[in-house]
Amino acid sequence: MTEFLQLLFQGVSLGSTYALVALGFAVVYRSSGVINFAQGAMLLLGAYAVSWLAVDVGLSFALAVLAATVMLALAGAALHGLVLRRVVGQPTFVLVMITIGVGIAVTHGVEAAFGPDRRLLGDPWGAAAFEVGGVTINTVKVWGIAVTAAALGAYFAFDRYTRWGLAMQATAADEEATLSVGVPVRRVHACTWALAGALATLGGLFLAGFPGAPQPALGDAALRAFPAIVLGGLGSPVGAVVGGLLIGVVEVLTSGYAPDSLGTNFYAVAPYVAMIAILLVRPYGLFGARPVERV
Amino acid sequence: MTWAPLIEVQDLTLRFGAITAFEGVSFDVSVGELFAVIGPNGAGKSSLFNALSRVYEPNAGSVRLDGRDFLRVRRDRLAALGVARSFQNLGIFPHLTALENVLVGRHHLMRSGIVRSGLGLAGREEQRHRAAAADALEFVGLACHADTEVQLLPYGHRKRVELARCLAMEPRVMLLDEPVAGMNAAERVDATRLVQRLRDERELTVVLVEHDMGMVMQVADRILVLDFGVPIAIGTPEQIQADERVIRAYLGEPFDEEAVAA
Repeated sequence: MTEFLQLLFQGVSLGSTYALVALGFAVVYRSSGVINFAQGAMLLLGAYAVSWLAVDVGLSFALAVLAATVMLALAGAALHGLVLRRVVGQPTFVLVMITIGVGIAVTHGVEAAFGPDRRLLGDPWGAAAFEVGGVTINTVKVWGIAVTAAALGAYFAFDRYTRWGLAMQATAADEEATLSVGVPVRRVHACTWALAGALATLGGLFLAGFPGAPQPALGDAALRAFPAIVLGGLGSPVGAVVGGLLIGVVEVLTSGYAPDSLGTNFYAVAPYVAMIAILLVRPYGLFGARPVERV
Repeated sequence: MTWAPLIEVQDLTLRFGAITAFEGVSFDVSVGELFAVIGPNGAGKSSLFNALSRVYEPNAGSVRLDGRDFLRVRRDRLAALGVARSFQNLGIFPHLTALENVLVGRHHLMRSGIVRSGLGLAGREEQRHRAAAADALEFVGLACHADTEVQLLPYGHRKRVELARCLAMEPRVMLLDEPVAGMNAAERVDATRLVQRLRDERELTVVLVEHDMGMVMQVADRILVLDFGVPIAIGTPEQIQADERVIRAYLGEPFDEEAVAA
């Protein structure tokens, strides 16, 4: 039982980070139909920005996180304003290819600037932990879950209760109609990319927390979160969060319980197995909208 | 005419490469008028509508709204200038409720951020917007469906949600793209009546493009007839119904029996 609770806690912790990553994918996909393959690079950049500001510049950790979040939001908006906006009207494929290119450039740029080794994150928690009923709880994981919950709450409140959230939902449904009612659609898109950048900072930060660290391979986590958005339903923020949690729990429980006959790294495959199983039953994902067509 | 025209269209021409969608189209619309553009299939009606709603960039000619060069205004600023449009195939947001759909239409009128009272934060401005949106839904007869997701409503109702959204924008001009297209007979009667009421009760200026001759003859103050991209007649419904060229465009050349017998 203790072992199960231990794994469950770790699963929820990992899952909540995946939820942040998946939500970053989902907001962009929902508004523009683009799967942002630069999301992994943005996670990496976010974690390195926090590390640089906290360790090299010497800001207090909270301030470093805040500043890094703002920087990444600006970077996301800049990516839209300087690059993606100029290819509006091109097939979505063109935009997807650009995100792949930007992702590669940023990943290697970060490695060139900071070297290939693990860095210090500069967080005040390190490996600190406490124990509850035999379950070891890392402080950084508690913060990860709490910050994720707060960020998700803020995002959903923004989406539901502000006119820009409403404008985002409208843009996602019908861009032409949204433009006709006087919503500056371009600004809405810039806003979603800024949001993706901000979410990536938080996601990257907790991926780089103990036992991880800022290192060039950090961005690969985006690919591990990928089944989360697919099984949650592409472009569904709720689906992204539920999918993220599910994938995290599945991954950690499999790593704990999978029999040796499945191989030592089966936990890396398990999220994809879960994704395929769910897609067999619900082809559009758990919360995905089946496209409605008039016949 | 004692009033200056609200909309002045002069020598408007649109080409796609070597193909001319329409050319030399000129007309004025005065305040409070219901102006219709009709024509057989492929006459250039939809192209003209798309040029007026700034989806297509015309090659020549001018459009003025209140004397202002309409073709130079950024598209997301049109709403603030008082131009609302509907879409032939509906431009609504299926996952939002009817009320939310209408509220989006007030985006350009909102100053503060909050639009939904779910948090219990309903300020005075928000209440004003919600009241205006509810009023627009009431006008189209859908007050009872305010909280229904529009994808669950039948087609005729969804069209009315779209019209309510246009109305909630507090426009001066409404551009309607085939407002009765795809409707059954009963929905058609309702929609026709609604368009009439927009002019009569809300004193809106309406420009509509329509395929349905009966609907247009019933509601329009004046009609422009396009045929193969060229304007062939402009006038009141009575004048249009009696116009030789219009009859020929719609029914073809009269069959000359004597010529065949000879």
